[in-house]
Amino acid sequence: MKPIARPVYLNLFRIHLPLPGWVSILHRVSGALLFFALPLGVWSLSVSLSGDAGFRRMADALAHPLARLVLLGLVWAFAHHFLAGVRHLALDVHWGTELKRARQSSLAVMLVAGLVTLLAAWRLFT
Amino acid sequence: MKSATGSHTGTGTWLVQRATALVLALALPALAVYFLRALPADFADWQALFAPLWVRVLLLLTSAALALHAWVGMRDIFMDYVHHTGARLVLYLGVILTLAGCEIVMIMTLWK
Repeated sequence: MKPIARPVYLNLFRIHLPLPGWVSILHRVSGALLFFALPLGVWSLSVSLSGDAGFRRMADALAHPLARLVLLGLVWAFAHHFLAGVRHLALDVHWGTELKRARQSSLAVMLVAGLVTLLAAWRLFT
Repeated sequence: MKSATGSHTGTGTWLVQRATALVLALALPALAVYFLRALPADFADWQALFAPLWVRVLLLLTSAALALHAWVGMRDIFMDYVHHTGARLVLYLGVILTLAGCEIVMIMTLWK
Protein backbone atom coordinates (compact mmCIF):
# COMPACT_ATOMS: atom_id res chain seq x y z
CA MET A 1 0.00 0.00 0.00
CA LYS A 2 1.32 3.41 -0.98
CA PRO A 3 1.49 6.02 1.75
CA ILE A 4 -1.07 8.79 1.38
CA ALA A 5 0.49 11.99 0.09
CA ARG A 6 -0.11 14.50 2.85
CA PRO A 7 0.52 18.21 2.51
CA VAL A 8 3.57 19.24 4.55
CA TYR A 9 3.52 22.92 5.43
CA LEU A 10 6.86 24.21 6.54
CA ASN A 11 6.00 27.63 5.15
CA LEU A 12 5.82 29.87 8.22
CA PHE A 13 3.03 31.90 6.63
CA ARG A 14 0.86 28.83 6.12
CA ILE A 15 1.40 27.15 9.47
CA HIS A 16 -1.44 27.92 11.84
CA LEU A 17 0.07 28.39 15.26
CA PRO A 18 -2.31 28.02 18.24
CA LEU A 19 -2.05 30.64 21.02
CA PRO A 20 0.27 28.56 23.29
CA GLY A 21 2.56 28.24 20.23
CA TRP A 22 2.66 32.03 19.88
CA VAL A 23 3.47 32.42 23.58
CA SER A 24 6.29 29.91 23.13
CA ILE A 25 7.91 31.44 20.04
CA LEU A 26 7.51 34.96 21.45
CA HIS A 27 9.21 33.75 24.66
CA ARG A 28 12.18 32.87 22.49
CA VAL A 29 12.06 36.10 20.45
CA SER A 30 11.75 38.26 23.60
CA GLY A 31 14.62 36.37 25.24
CA ALA A 32 16.88 37.03 22.26
CA LEU A 33 15.87 40.72 22.26
CA LEU A 34 16.72 41.00 25.96
CA PHE A 35 20.10 39.37 25.32
CA PHE A 36 20.93 41.97 22.66
CA ALA A 37 19.75 44.79 24.96
CA LEU A 38 21.90 43.60 27.88
CA PRO A 39 25.25 45.12 26.76
CA LEU A 40 23.46 48.41 26.03
CA GLY A 41 21.87 48.36 29.49
CA VAL A 42 25.13 47.57 31.29
CA TRP A 43 26.95 50.27 29.33
CA SER A 44 24.22 52.83 30.09
CA LEU A 45 24.37 51.98 33.80
CA SER A 46 28.14 52.32 33.80
CA VAL A 47 28.02 55.75 32.07
CA SER A 48 25.18 56.99 34.32
CA LEU A 49 27.25 56.18 37.43
CA SER A 50 30.52 57.55 36.03
CA GLY A 51 29.79 61.11 37.16
CA ASP A 52 27.44 64.05 36.92
CA ALA A 53 28.12 64.56 33.18
CA GLY A 54 27.59 60.89 32.36
CA PHE A 55 24.36 60.84 34.35
CA ARG A 56 23.02 63.87 32.47
CA ARG A 57 24.07 62.37 29.11
CA MET A 58 22.05 59.22 29.84
CA ALA A 59 19.08 61.19 31.22
CA ASP A 60 19.05 63.35 28.06
CA ALA A 61 19.33 60.28 25.81
CA LEU A 62 16.40 58.65 27.63
CA ALA A 63 14.29 61.78 27.13
CA HIS A 64 14.38 61.22 23.34
CA PRO A 65 11.12 59.68 22.02
CA LEU A 66 13.03 57.08 19.97
CA ALA A 67 14.93 55.90 23.07
CA ARG A 68 11.62 55.69 24.94
CA LEU A 69 10.15 53.62 22.10
CA VAL A 70 13.07 51.19 22.37
CA LEU A 71 12.58 51.11 26.14
CA LEU A 72 8.88 50.38 25.63
CA GLY A 73 9.76 47.49 23.32
CA LEU A 74 12.06 46.12 26.02
CA VAL A 75 9.33 46.50 28.64
CA TRP A 76 7.10 44.30 26.47
CA ALA A 77 9.96 41.81 25.89
CA PHE A 78 10.65 41.59 29.63
CA ALA A 79 6.97 41.33 30.61
CA HIS A 80 6.28 38.61 28.03
CA HIS A 81 9.48 36.68 28.80
CA PHE A 82 8.82 36.88 32.55
CA LEU A 83 5.16 35.77 32.37
CA ALA A 84 5.71 33.08 29.73
CA GLY A 85 8.70 31.87 31.77
CA VAL A 86 6.62 31.56 34.95
CA ARG A 87 4.02 29.68 32.86
CA HIS A 88 6.73 27.29 31.59
CA LEU A 89 7.91 26.67 35.16
CA ALA A 90 4.33 25.81 36.12
CA LEU A 91 4.04 23.44 33.14
CA ASP A 92 7.35 21.82 34.21
CA VAL A 93 5.72 20.73 37.47
CA HIS A 94 2.64 19.56 35.49
CA TRP A 95 0.47 22.44 36.64
CA GLY A 96 -2.04 23.63 34.07
CA THR A 97 -1.12 21.13 31.35
CA GLU A 98 -4.73 20.29 30.36
CA LEU A 99 -5.50 21.78 26.94
CA LYS A 100 -8.17 24.17 28.19
CA ARG A 101 -6.09 25.57 31.05
CA ALA A 102 -2.95 25.75 28.91
CA ARG A 103 -4.90 27.86 26.39
CA GLN A 104 -6.31 30.05 29.16
CA SER A 105 -2.89 30.65 30.71
CA SER A 106 -1.35 31.53 27.33
CA LEU A 107 -4.15 34.05 26.74
CA ALA A 108 -3.47 35.48 30.21
CA VAL A 109 0.26 35.83 29.39
CA MET A 110 -0.53 37.75 26.16
CA LEU A 111 -3.11 40.00 27.83
CA VAL A 112 -1.10 40.84 30.96
CA ALA A 113 2.08 41.51 28.94
CA GLY A 114 0.04 43.82 26.70
CA LEU A 115 -1.46 45.56 29.72
CA VAL A 116 1.97 46.11 31.32
CA THR A 117 3.22 47.54 28.00
CA LEU A 118 0.22 49.90 27.80
CA LEU A 119 0.84 51.11 31.36
CA ALA A 120 4.52 51.69 30.55
CA ALA A 121 3.55 53.56 27.34
CA TRP A 122 1.23 55.78 29.37
CA ARG A 123 4.02 56.42 31.91
CA LEU A 124 6.67 57.07 29.21
CA PHE A 125 4.71 59.17 26.72
CA THR A 126 2.36 61.36 28.79
CA MET B 1 33.82 12.62 28.81
CA LYS B 2 31.70 15.56 27.80
CA SER B 3 32.13 16.84 24.28
CA ALA B 4 33.11 20.41 23.47
CA THR B 5 29.97 20.95 21.40
CA GLY B 6 27.73 20.63 24.45
CA SER B 7 26.19 17.20 23.89
CA HIS B 8 25.26 14.99 26.90
CA THR B 9 24.92 18.04 29.14
CA GLY B 10 21.18 18.54 28.60
CA THR B 11 19.76 17.80 32.07
CA GLY B 12 22.34 19.95 33.83
CA THR B 13 21.77 22.97 31.59
CA TRP B 14 17.99 22.44 31.78
CA LEU B 15 18.27 22.64 35.57
CA VAL B 16 20.54 25.72 35.44
CA GLN B 17 17.92 27.40 33.23
CA ARG B 18 15.15 26.71 35.77
CA ALA B 19 17.17 27.54 38.89
CA THR B 20 18.35 30.88 37.46
CA ALA B 21 14.81 31.58 36.22
CA LEU B 22 13.54 31.29 39.82
CA VAL B 23 16.29 33.58 41.14
CA LEU B 24 15.57 36.17 38.42
CA ALA B 25 11.79 35.95 38.90
CA LEU B 26 12.26 36.93 42.55
CA ALA B 27 15.20 39.35 42.32
CA LEU B 28 14.29 41.42 39.23
CA PRO B 29 10.83 42.60 40.41
CA ALA B 30 12.33 43.44 43.84
CA LEU B 31 15.13 45.47 42.21
CA ALA B 32 12.67 47.13 39.82
CA VAL B 33 10.49 48.27 42.75
CA TYR B 34 13.58 49.51 44.64
CA PHE B 35 14.80 51.64 41.71
CA LEU B 36 11.46 52.78 40.24
CA ARG B 37 10.24 54.03 43.63
CA ALA B 38 13.24 56.39 43.82
CA LEU B 39 12.72 57.99 40.38
CA PRO B 40 13.13 60.71 39.25
CA ALA B 41 16.56 61.23 40.73
CA ASP B 42 19.54 63.52 40.23
CA PHE B 43 23.07 62.13 40.12
CA ALA B 44 23.59 62.24 43.90
CA ASP B 45 20.30 60.37 44.51
CA TRP B 46 21.16 57.88 41.76
CA GLN B 47 24.62 57.22 43.24
CA ALA B 48 23.11 56.87 46.74
CA LEU B 49 20.80 54.10 45.46
CA PHE B 50 23.90 51.98 44.74
CA ALA B 51 25.67 52.78 48.02
CA PRO B 52 24.24 50.01 50.28
CA LEU B 53 26.31 46.82 50.12
CA TRP B 54 23.22 44.60 49.86
CA VAL B 55 22.12 46.46 46.69
CA ARG B 56 25.49 45.89 45.04
CA VAL B 57 25.69 42.25 46.14
CA LEU B 58 22.11 41.59 44.97
CA LEU B 59 22.84 43.28 41.61
CA LEU B 60 26.01 41.23 41.17
CA LEU B 61 24.32 37.90 42.04
CA THR B 62 21.35 38.75 39.80
CA SER B 63 23.61 39.68 36.89
CA ALA B 64 25.51 36.39 37.35
CA ALA B 65 22.22 34.44 37.28
CA LEU B 66 21.17 36.49 34.24
CA ALA B 67 24.42 35.69 32.42
CA LEU B 68 23.99 31.93 33.02
CA HIS B 69 20.30 32.11 32.03
CA ALA B 70 21.06 34.05 28.84
CA TRP B 71 23.87 31.64 27.96
CA VAL B 72 21.60 28.59 28.13
CA GLY B 73 18.85 30.39 26.21
CA MET B 74 21.09 31.61 23.38
CA ARG B 75 22.74 28.18 23.23
CA ASP B 76 19.30 26.57 22.83
CA ILE B 77 18.40 28.98 20.01
CA PHE B 78 21.68 28.33 18.16
CA MET B 79 21.39 24.56 18.64
CA ASP B 80 17.95 24.69 17.01
CA TYR B 81 18.69 26.95 14.06
CA VAL B 82 22.44 26.85 13.33
CA HIS B 83 23.40 23.38 12.16
CA HIS B 84 26.90 24.15 10.91
CA THR B 85 29.14 23.19 13.84
CA GLY B 86 31.86 25.75 13.13
CA ALA B 87 29.39 28.61 12.78
CA ARG B 88 27.62 27.53 15.97
CA LEU B 89 30.87 27.45 17.96
CA VAL B 90 31.73 30.97 16.73
CA LEU B 91 28.29 32.18 17.84
CA TYR B 92 28.70 30.44 21.24
CA LEU B 93 32.03 32.21 21.65
CA GLY B 94 30.40 35.55 20.78
CA VAL B 95 27.70 35.01 23.42
CA ILE B 96 30.23 33.96 26.08
CA LEU B 97 32.47 36.96 25.38
CA THR B 98 29.47 39.34 25.42
CA LEU B 99 28.18 37.99 28.74
CA ALA B 100 31.64 37.86 30.33
CA GLY B 101 32.23 41.46 29.18
CA CYS B 102 28.92 42.54 30.71
CA GLU B 103 29.86 40.89 34.03
CA ILE B 104 33.27 42.58 34.10
CA VAL B 105 31.74 46.01 33.39
CA MET B 106 29.11 45.36 36.10
CA ILE B 107 31.78 44.55 38.71
CA MET B 108 33.87 47.58 37.69
CA THR B 109 30.79 49.83 37.85
CA LEU B 110 29.58 48.58 41.23
CA TRP B 111 33.01 48.51 42.94
CA LYS B 112 34.99 51.41 41.55
